[in-house]
Amino acid sequence: MNAPASFDEAATTRERLVVIGNGMAGCRAVEEILARDPSRFDITIFGAEPRVNYNRIMLSPVLAGEKRFEEIVINPQGWYDDNGITLVSGDPVEHIDRENRSVVSHSGRVEPYDRLLIATGSDPFIIPVPGSNLPGVVTFRDLDDVDKMLAAADRGGNAVVIGGGLLGLEAAHGLCLRGMKVTVIHLMPSLMERQLDEAAGWLLKTELERRGQTILTGADTECVLEKDGHVAGVRLKDGREIAADIVVMAVGIRPAVSLAKSAGLEVERGIVVDDHMVTSDPAILAVGECVQHRGTCYGLVAPLWGMCRSLAGYVTGEPNGYEGSVTSTKLKVSGIDLFSAGDFSGGDGGEDIVMRDAARGIYKRIVVKGDRIAGAVLYGDTADGNWYFDLLRKGEDISAIREALIFGQAFASGGALADPNAAVAALSDDAEICGCNGVSKGTVVETIKAGACSVDAVRSQCKASASCGSCTGLVESLLALTLGDEVQSGPKTLCKCTSFTHDDVRRLILEKELKAIPQVMQELHWTTPDGCASCRPALNYYLLCAWPGEYVDDQKSRFVNERLHANIQKDGTYSVVPRMWGGLTTPDELRAIADAADKYGARTVKVTGGQRIDLFGIRKEDLPAIWADLNAAGMVSGHAYGKALRTVKTCVGSEWCRFGTQDSTGLGVKIEQMTWGSWMPHKFKIAVSGCPRNCAEATIKDFGIVCVDSGYELHVGGNGGIKVRATDLLCKVETEEQALEYCAAFIQLYREQAHYMERTAPWIERVGLDYVKSRMLDEPDAIRKLAARFRISQKYSQDDPWAQRASGDRKDLHQHLGEFRPLVLENA
Amino acid sequence: MIGTWLDIGPIDQIEPGMARTLPVRDGEEIAVFRTMTGDFYALVNKCPHRQGPLSQGIVHGNAVTCPLHNWNISLKTGEALGDDEGCVPTIPLKVDAGRIFLLRDAVIGRQPPVESKAA
Repeated sequence: MNAPASFDEAATTRERLVVIGNGMAGCRAVEEILARDPSRFDITIFGAEPRVNYNRIMLSPVLAGEKRFEEIVINPQGWYDDNGITLVSGDPVEHIDRENRSVVSHSGRVEPYDRLLIATGSDPFIIPVPGSNLPGVVTFRDLDDVDKMLAAADRGGNAVVIGGGLLGLEAAHGLCLRGMKVTVIHLMPSLMERQLDEAAGWLLKTELERRGQTILTGADTECVLEKDGHVAGVRLKDGREIAADIVVMAVGIRPAVSLAKSAGLEVERGIVVDDHMVTSDPAILAVGECVQHRGTCYGLVAPLWGMCRSLAGYVTGEPNGYEGSVTSTKLKVSGIDLFSAGDFSGGDGGEDIVMRDAARGIYKRIVVKGDRIAGAVLYGDTADGNWYFDLLRKGEDISAIREALIFGQAFASGGALADPNAAVAALSDDAEICGCNGVSKGTVVETIKAGACSVDAVRSQCKASASCGSCTGLVESLLALTLGDEVQSGPKTLCKCTSFTHDDVRRLILEKELKAIPQVMQELHWTTPDGCASCRPALNYYLLCAWPGEYVDDQKSRFVNERLHANIQKDGTYSVVPRMWGGLTTPDELRAIADAADKYGARTVKVTGGQRIDLFGIRKEDLPAIWADLNAAGMVSGHAYGKALRTVKTCVGSEWCRFGTQDSTGLGVKIEQMTWGSWMPHKFKIAVSGCPRNCAEATIKDFGIVCVDSGYELHVGGNGGIKVRATDLLCKVETEEQALEYCAAFIQLYREQAHYMERTAPWIERVGLDYVKSRMLDEPDAIRKLAARFRISQKYSQDDPWAQRASGDRKDLHQHLGEFRPLVLENA
Repeated sequence: MIGTWLDIGPIDQIEPGMARTLPVRDGEEIAVFRTMTGDFYALVNKCPHRQGPLSQGIVHGNAVTCPLHNWNISLKTGEALGDDEGCVPTIPLKVDAGRIFLLRDAVIGRQPPVESKAA
């Protein structure tokens, strides 16, 4: 070695620093040390990869073809040379000899140290499914991985990316741009769930699908398929198979700690370090993704800088402890602006400020705790990301700009404009308020002055806020400014999360073809991140009613009774009701019910008001078993728990009764078989009486039939509930077939028109009997059309929930069965 | 937080927006929640109002709505939200390496409330 003489001389006095890891952390630490004291150490860096130090987070643009490798090199060979650093690349360290203070590399090179720095980073996590070691399965960690993906892309075909996090989506984006047909498989229900909330995740998914990727969420990989010794596809646990010429595993990373562990250093999830990056051995430091600092392991690059600064300060005698980092994330996918920082989980003590602008595809959510920003998620417009992040990191008091915070820096910093009403007041008369309908501020103010005292009145008279609704806030401000206290509150909104009414929401779901809860929340500007216990079940129902067979029911938006197919009672146990068609049963069924009552310890067995048998006191854990037993005896769920068709009550009718005019029991059975399983805005009860004596009490039911000699009287809107209401006579028909058809049509009109949680009685009182009559009897062909729509929706809903969940045939439908099994302590 | 942590298994055994229960011998049942955004919380599984099983309620934001009478309970503080008043004990919880841990003393040491007997 022809080092200058001065180097040799210095070497005798210099400390020897050995760095394990030639990545971003190791080299950054060395840079920081050199900046403080360039002559303190003799430095040797070991790298496992056969290349100089490069910017690993820029591998995504390299894969996407937006950058070349040369452009992401941080330190070229010259840097090592200029600073007298020995780079040992392509020769990983395999052993740390703490006693003799030296390291041993794969090739047998022994390097003594005074200070050792471990910067081994992290390893990609490979999910241990069969086939995961096949050729063609790659991770996304280093340049070799990128080269393998590029080689596969050259051959074209299908790529499967397992993992819908930051890394997986960037890999998918790159492969997609390289011309492959890409499917992303993600275990969780929404993409990037650690950085994004459900709403932003949904927007991201929609955009990626628009770009031609297939995104499968809630998808669990069972195995990697093989053909001719190479990867051929992926099979999911639900049986679906996806063909693949390459499979990228990007499900996560783990700190690379094996070397530190075998050297006997204190290792938990990562190598445990103090605020100066010192491990349990004072001669050994560690930095980067391999460490655990104050209980946290970081998987992002930003914390590296802080760690490296404190490490360098410490070893050069000017310690300044690292205190942990607040991190932010951006997705490096061209054309998708996405930013996430801090704690966006919200909750109390914290408040969510949400802005949704569907027309521009923007979603912003700022979480404020006390007077400080705790987190932020921005989608579609991330221009203010750094500003929010800065306020967050510095913990600045934002109370003064809170009202305008969500509108961003330009608006919030505008002094007097910080009050949104003042901002609106400052707008000129020709400023556009409603972009959809081209309505100016002047027009809105004129409309208000002319007598429109509510948002709804403004909407109907000048069309401002009548379309997408994103300017509703501005219209409200103008109402407040123009009228002062005279503003009338509009009709009741669906819940506190929205300014839209039930009717508006139902109408817009159809008009805008909204087909998922997060989509409704985005398009209709919900002000909460994921709704509340009022709107979620309502939206689930509205979507189910609007898109039968297409909308996928959302279990977590269902009240517990519907989720568990049983009635929750005051002590937390459940009651179970098997269906008895038209009120009929058999000795065999009664025996099976009696056996189930014994076996599961039913404490009360009661005949319900709807002529069914209710078993009380069943423990939640026993529900699947009791369903299975009753199912095995031929019975199905009575839906006595649902906002659904409950029972059809009957009298005995002409078969036995000396007054009976028609076969009311038989008709009741037919009606129940036609209508069971149908989800409704609220519970729905039917009865059929065989004669005007009305033993089945048909005139206080949602739909009642009273048989008379000449045919069937059809009654609607009865209710035996809190406020008793007798039915209104809808009409009279002559045949059983007509009675069935009219019943189907009435139910469908109610399903399509009523507000969620509104029974037929208040619905009819709200809209008027004449309206119902006109929609059914005056419109040509109305009965046939309504009944046809009802039958279509019934095709998809007449699945017995007990059978599905007890038999295990429909695995996807009983995923929530896990809910029944209690958790167990694993090391109590 | 100092103390022993109990491992109750991997995080993916609870779906986002759902909850599961943890029975405790000689103690009170605990409800473990996962919010839609993936945060975890544990509470005693009893609404402060009429002891409804909170684990069975609809989870939204960082709150759960009791299935018995629709009280909204904060998952973070256990306090009833809105106009209702009352509080359910929270159990310290942490997630580490993809697993859920509960603070042992808060789980094991918790006795069901004993009804006071008149002297």
